[in-house]
Amino acid sequence: MDADAIDLNSIYQDSDIESAIALLDEELVGLAPVKSRVSEIASLLVVEKLRNQVGLQAQPPSLHMSFTGNPGTGKTTVALRMADILKKLDYVRKGHLVACTRDDLVGEFIGHTAPKTREMIKKAMGGVLFIDEAYFLYRPENERDYGKEAIEILLQAMEDHRDDFVVILAGYEKEMDKFFGANPGMASRVAHHIDFPDYDDKELVQIADRMLVTMQYQLTDGAKEALSEYISLRRQRPNFSNARSIRNALDRCRLRQAKRLFDGRKESITRDDLAMIKEEDLRASRVFSGGVDQNEGNQK
Amino acid sequence: MRITQGTFSFLPDLTREQIAAQVSYCLDKDWAVGIEYTDDPHPRNLYWEMYGNPMFDIKDAEGVMIEVDRAIAEHPNEYIKINAFDASHGWESIRLSFIVNRPKEEPGFRLQRTEFEGRKIRYTTHSYATDAPSGNRY
Repeated sequence: MDADAIDLNSIYQDSDIESAIALLDEELVGLAPVKSRVSEIASLLVVEKLRNQVGLQAQPPSLHMSFTGNPGTGKTTVALRMADILKKLDYVRKGHLVACTRDDLVGEFIGHTAPKTREMIKKAMGGVLFIDEAYFLYRPENERDYGKEAIEILLQAMEDHRDDFVVILAGYEKEMDKFFGANPGMASRVAHHIDFPDYDDKELVQIADRMLVTMQYQLTDGAKEALSEYISLRRQRPNFSNARSIRNALDRCRLRQAKRLFDGRKESITRDDLAMIKEEDLRASRVFSGGVDQNEGNQK
Repeated sequence: MRITQGTFSFLPDLTREQIAAQVSYCLDKDWAVGIEYTDDPHPRNLYWEMYGNPMFDIKDAEGVMIEVDRAIAEHPNEYIKINAFDASHGWESIRLSFIVNRPKEEPGFRLQRTEFEGRKIRYTTHSYATDAPSGNRY
């Protein structure tokens, strides 16, 4: 064929992003819209790279992103995969993820913010800076708040080090919209918005199954039923945070299971007993009696 | 007189790109990079001022270069060097050290002879720059 022919496929395969996307697909239950957006972005990046190679006009694509969605919907995990994809396509040099929140960026007194923010930016060089609950950075009700300063430094760094790092802002959708509304400078630099939907009950059961596999526990049939009931009840309680709530619930089950085994320690215990979570371990949860489990109330 | 010390002392001054490449090498070896500056370049002056803390958990050279750029902007007319510290057991010392910035004019040193009884002489190297108080030297 003629020399001009471009082998899109070979670039795609050389970059090995397929494995990153496959991993994302495998690792995360559901999240179909997120997955399709991620592969869209990945294809855009491949094509931009090709355009660059053949000398077509290709501005360095803006890579900064915003992930919106409720807690526990997989934003951090997807950010990790995104960092991996960006690294595989040579858009960042190292591909590590530096996760931070307002506390890591904003100082407590005058002159404290700049060094703190710069410290995080320095760490994120060559990788991805993931700012969780980014809308906390901006507090319009307090005009002396140092968050504004952090945003300005961040914007400056995004301008000066365009090729050196990528910023991913994450948070609840409504608050993030307000945040972008109040910070047009930030909004104009963030090109990709990905919205993370809540998981439905079936997906949450699937997630719980996967967690149990990695933790090497099993549910009795009664416990399985109790779990799906638990999920639909838990959803209606305050502070429901999707997969994270499930993880916490399972951790408490382990606690109850351990106590049950310990209390009955006069009988001998088999290997299966140690791995088995019974219905009563789940049913003991306060969610079934109309309350919220301990430690759940003070969560974000 | 062009003062040289540390690694690469026989080479011309490194460009920013070359500095970044060296820093990258240090980070790949897991060495912590620190920046120091001084306006007293006497070869026996080991105590340069630290510019910030040594940087321990930075992955990419550009993170260090942010600080290098700032140090040069703040002390454009002083000596600035980069030290790379190896914390691994058995080393625990500086593995690489080189100058990244120097004053535009370096007046150099005078050799001072102090005469003693008999025909004894003691030699001292005296930096012309240090005749002025610190801060006004270059």
